[in-house]
Amino acid sequence: MNEQEKIRLTPAARLGKWLVSGPPFLFLLLFFVAPSIIMVLASFRYPGEFGALAPIASADSDTLHGLTLETYEFFFSDIIYSYVFFKSFLVALATTLICLTLAYPLALLIARSPKKSRDLMVLLVVLPFASSFLIRVYAWMILLGPQAALSQVINGMLGVFGIAQVYLLFSPFAVLVAMVYVHLPFMVLPLYTNLEKHDPSLLDAAQDLGANAWQRFWQVTFPLSLPGIFSGSALVFIPVLGMFAIPDILGGTGDMLIGNLIKEQFLATRDWPFGSTLSIMLTIVVLLLVWLAVRLGRTRGRYA
Amino acid sequence: MALLEIRNVTRRFGDFVAVDNVSLNIEAGEFFTLLGPSGCGKTTILRMIAGFDLPDAGQIFLDGRDLADTPPEKRPLHTVFQSYALFPHMSVAQNIAFPLKMARRPQAEAQKMLHEVLEQVHLADKADAYPHELSGGQKQRVALARGLVNRPRLLLLDEPLGALDAKLREEMQIELINLQKDVGVTFVFVTHAQVEALALSHRIAVMEAGRVAQVDEPSKLYGFPQSRFVADFIGHINMLQAQVVESAHGHTRLAIAGLGEVIASLHSGVTAGAKCTFAIRPEQVRIGTHGEVSELKNHFPGTVHNFLYRGDVTVYKVQMENGLLIEALLPNAAPGRAELYEVGDAVRVGWRHDAGVLLHE
Repeated sequence: MNEQEKIRLTPAARLGKWLVSGPPFLFLLLFFVAPSIIMVLASFRYPGEFGALAPIASADSDTLHGLTLETYEFFFSDIIYSYVFFKSFLVALATTLICLTLAYPLALLIARSPKKSRDLMVLLVVLPFASSFLIRVYAWMILLGPQAALSQVINGMLGVFGIAQVYLLFSPFAVLVAMVYVHLPFMVLPLYTNLEKHDPSLLDAAQDLGANAWQRFWQVTFPLSLPGIFSGSALVFIPVLGMFAIPDILGGTGDMLIGNLIKEQFLATRDWPFGSTLSIMLTIVVLLLVWLAVRLGRTRGRYA
Repeated sequence: MALLEIRNVTRRFGDFVAVDNVSLNIEAGEFFTLLGPSGCGKTTILRMIAGFDLPDAGQIFLDGRDLADTPPEKRPLHTVFQSYALFPHMSVAQNIAFPLKMARRPQAEAQKMLHEVLEQVHLADKADAYPHELSGGQKQRVALARGLVNRPRLLLLDEPLGALDAKLREEMQIELINLQKDVGVTFVFVTHAQVEALALSHRIAVMEAGRVAQVDEPSKLYGFPQSRFVADFIGHINMLQAQVVESAHGHTRLAIAGLGEVIASLHSGVTAGAKCTFAIRPEQVRIGTHGEVSELKNHFPGTVHNFLYRGDVTVYKVQMENGLLIEALLPNAAPGRAELYEVGDAVRVGWRHDAGVLLHE
């Protein structure tokens, strides 16, 4: 018998529990579980003639109908889809690593600042959320455009060495820059939350026992921040993996990621079953990664 | 030459003088305690020895070398922190081996030192446990082992027993004494608990508002406090306002208002008429009937004002004829003697002519 079963609730308390957990439960059931089931079912159907899905049963044997594994066969028959997955994975990995490198010193700086200024600094980190995501991405179009100062400076310098001009916009570089920019706060916040809780006497103890600044970081601060690194990385990696807006707006024609592929199936090609299959594949990959992160986090975090 | 010499050290925080021109010499092999109420500057001194804080004036020498320019990680001394500060992500063995790793000791030597100290603190079977799996006493022993494993010149201990319950604290006190004797490392111990200081130390420096009030062996400090502050801070004591009548013929006679004349052992340097304080410990005061205390040089009538039964002793507060309260301890040598005297009983209190001390300030 586990601990929770020992606690016996009064009928009123039981009712209260249901009243509190009921609405979010219903919400998730209606808008997450049900659509997920619909999506799984849709992946085994044929596409309809003008989008949507073909009927499961039809009196007319000429029209497509019934259930099929065709979309899955299609997915594995062409290497291009696995390649898009792999490319998205690389972009997500690169974004996560760059975010981590940028966010760690910032989070450490905030966590070690006097208590008074910490709140202000956290506010500044989340301030970009005050404006629309799309507007911020479109702003990068201007910043990275050929007429903008950044391109002028870079191409001016390249010109000195006689190297051909580069176009920053509509490139993998533009996609990566915006991915990092948009997701940076999601890395800073969990890291800061973790670092802020570190007991400063541990660093004193390490120093007292002979550790210099470099050793204090790598022996104490870094290993203790691993749970923060894992949760921050998950918060960056997973959304980037499915992101379609940024490659759409800032990427070139070759910078299609899974998100764009899925979006295209639903809105352009109108192949709902294949779009569903791609979505399921993405979900499976994400779940595998989350499972891995949780396992890693658990062995690392046995002291927490 | 003393192992550690603190020479005219002063530390200010704004207008507050935390440490005020303190000088101390601590000898090799000593168990030295800084004792005082919170805010007396004892922890500031410890932090300055460790290097986490620097004196505004004065110097600290270790083995005759000025420590001013040596950062904490380079000082050949370790600290046991009040919170233990064990690394939560490291096992007991990893925690204890940390200073060996930092000092880049050869593997074989490090292993030997680790196992030796694990035996000394009785934690050999806990080497692979993590700090969160340990009891308070075990954490304490890991912190001690970590501080001692590298054989530092000096071990600083910042109220290390503060977080333990009373019974465990007593056990750890005995372990600390034995451990210090075994390893021969000089201990500088900081505490506000006077019982702990008396039990553990070779010498104690009592601190008051940033200054050293008295440095002495525990028994001297307890038996012969040199100021009202030290007398009052260490243990319980009755303090009676007195005036010297005569100081000659092997004893000093005092007049205590409303009580009468008290004979005390000879104090040099006091002249007739001088005002002073006569201080006497409760355990030196006998309580009884006239017959029981009449052989004592000093005895006076009073009534029992209240008493506290403590098990081993009963603490009586006796009100004298002038309204003064005198505290006396009565050991419960036989069973059922807890309430030998009731509140309101007429009793006599008395003490030997050589009990108590004269404080003149």
